[in-house]
Amino acid sequence: MESILQSLISGIVVGSIYALIALGFVLIYKSTAVINFAQGELLMFGAYLCLTLVVAFKIPFWIAFFATLIAAALLGLLLERLFLRPMIGEPAISIIMLTIGLASLLQGMIHVTWGSETMVYPAIFPTEPLRFGGLVISQVYLYSIFFAGLCLVLFNLFFRFSNSGIAMRAVANDQQAAQSMGISIKKIFAIAWAIAAVVAAVGGILIGNINGVNTSLSGFGLKVFPAVILGGLDSIPGAILGGFIIGLLEALSGIYLDPIFEGGSKEVVPFIVLVVVLMIKPYGLFGTEEIEKI
Amino acid sequence: MAIKCGVFKTTYEDDEAIWQTKVSKFWIALLIAALIAFPFVFQDSRYLLYVANSVLIAVIAAIGLNILTGFTGQISLGHGAFMGVGAYASGYFMTQLGMPFIVCVVAAGCVTAMVGMIFGIPSLRLKGLYLAIATLAAQVILEFVFVRWRDVTGGSQGMLVPPATIGGFAFSGDFKFYFLALAFTILGVMIAKNIVRTKPGRAFMAIRDRYISAEIIGVPLFQYKLISFGISSFYAGVAGSLWAHYIGIITPEHFNVMVSIQYLSMIIIGGLGSIYGSIMGALFMTLLPEGLRLLSGLFSNQYPILINIFGAIRESVFGLVIILFLIFEPDGLAARWKTIKNYWKLWPFSY
Repeated sequence: MESILQSLISGIVVGSIYALIALGFVLIYKSTAVINFAQGELLMFGAYLCLTLVVAFKIPFWIAFFATLIAAALLGLLLERLFLRPMIGEPAISIIMLTIGLASLLQGMIHVTWGSETMVYPAIFPTEPLRFGGLVISQVYLYSIFFAGLCLVLFNLFFRFSNSGIAMRAVANDQQAAQSMGISIKKIFAIAWAIAAVVAAVGGILIGNINGVNTSLSGFGLKVFPAVILGGLDSIPGAILGGFIIGLLEALSGIYLDPIFEGGSKEVVPFIVLVVVLMIKPYGLFGTEEIEKI
Repeated sequence: MAIKCGVFKTTYEDDEAIWQTKVSKFWIALLIAALIAFPFVFQDSRYLLYVANSVLIAVIAAIGLNILTGFTGQISLGHGAFMGVGAYASGYFMTQLGMPFIVCVVAAGCVTAMVGMIFGIPSLRLKGLYLAIATLAAQVILEFVFVRWRDVTGGSQGMLVPPATIGGFAFSGDFKFYFLALAFTILGVMIAKNIVRTKPGRAFMAIRDRYISAEIIGVPLFQYKLISFGISSFYAGVAGSLWAHYIGIITPEHFNVMVSIQYLSMIIIGGLGSIYGSIMGALFMTLLPEGLRLLSGLFSNQYPILINIFGAIRESVFGLVIILFLIFEPDGLAARWKTIKNYWKLWPFSY
């Protein structure tokens, strides 16, 4: 029983990181109607950059952390300006392909810059695990849950009350109408990409602290898709919930299905659940249904 | 043999004809002759023949994906896995059930079509990005099956597949296999060319352009979307089967998500909704890494580091090429080719 509880908790923890990354997807989708396949690479960029600042330049972690966030925001702005802006108004498949191309480009460049060996963060978060009765939770996990929660609250408030947030929602809803109301679409896109890159960098730094940093980190981008789609592409609470559901599903399938299939079911079960959910609810659990007219 | 200067079509039949002019018939015949002559000229270069065979197989699979994505507008990120289904099915039929090669290819195509249609069912309700992710799920699930269903697929150890044999003649080795692949490719191109100008083909395009309008004018959406998934997967299955019999050993890594992405990039670079585009895209995307390898080989004396990071460079260039094409030539090579052709059609009196 204890071991099941333990893995459930680790499922929730992994889920919180998924939720954080899923948030990046949703932010971009919500304001620009683009699904970003390069999110995993943005994450990797954040993880590598922060690591380099801390290890090679001996900068204290928190300063390096914020420097990385600024760099990530700049990268987001740069990518948007160079690659995404010319694509405004192109069909969905072209934009998907563009972000896939972007993923490949970033992956290659990160590989050239940092090599392919796994690097490890020096201990930053207190390593002493917390114990609740028999349960053990590493403190990094608490930080990641904290960040996911913080982002959830901040972005929900942002989208509901701030001018930019409302403008972003307007742009996502109808670009033309938004533009005629005096909203600068270009500015909104730039903000969205910058924020998404920052969120990805935070996720990357957290995962880097848990798992170490190597090029396989970008795979997280792929793993988070079920979470995003499950919650609904344009719903922030959906992304968070989807992240936790997928994390838990992975943990549970790890316990119950892996003995049957000799491992590996963790990767598949989320996708199977995803297909089933999509059959019943085509826009995910909380996604806005698109109503089309001729 | 005068070249027609301008458009002189007076009937719909003319407009839909595959052979628009006698001249184009002549050039196609010349092209096919050149393709047949190719292996005799480069008989000694196994490398060139290998590349040529890869291109031919890629053309078949790319045409299949283009029918689904380019003509019907349904994005699929699972094409690589569908190829895998064909490859494993064909291998299983031949080694375990002892079927002859021709039966194997067709049966593999049919099995893949069935699998593709099952994964196409969500397309009734899913659109655009959601469908893309659903097909990504198909890719992940099928890959899992390839690895875990050891009795049939041999798991990660791979599966040994004997070479293709028709009537006692074994198409083993690069040289002989080339002709088999060429025959299948030509057949595939011809069938695809004809599918897209018949009723299903027009229905596909109607669905792509505006699915609600298509439904209102009487196109049964679900049926035609499934047919499109079926045809597309059939092509993938045949391509996968050919690949299996050519390479001789298949492992799940041959059919991972990168392969699916590569096929998507082929049809985008070649041109969505164009059969010739699929051919050009497949040619381009297969030759690109080979060209890069050649280049990095040339420069590796001065910069030996190139060998270590070759994989990364190839990846960057792959990404960059896709991005540049999407930004500067979103309609692909096929559109560029048409522009060039049209320019020369009226040359030197371009008014």
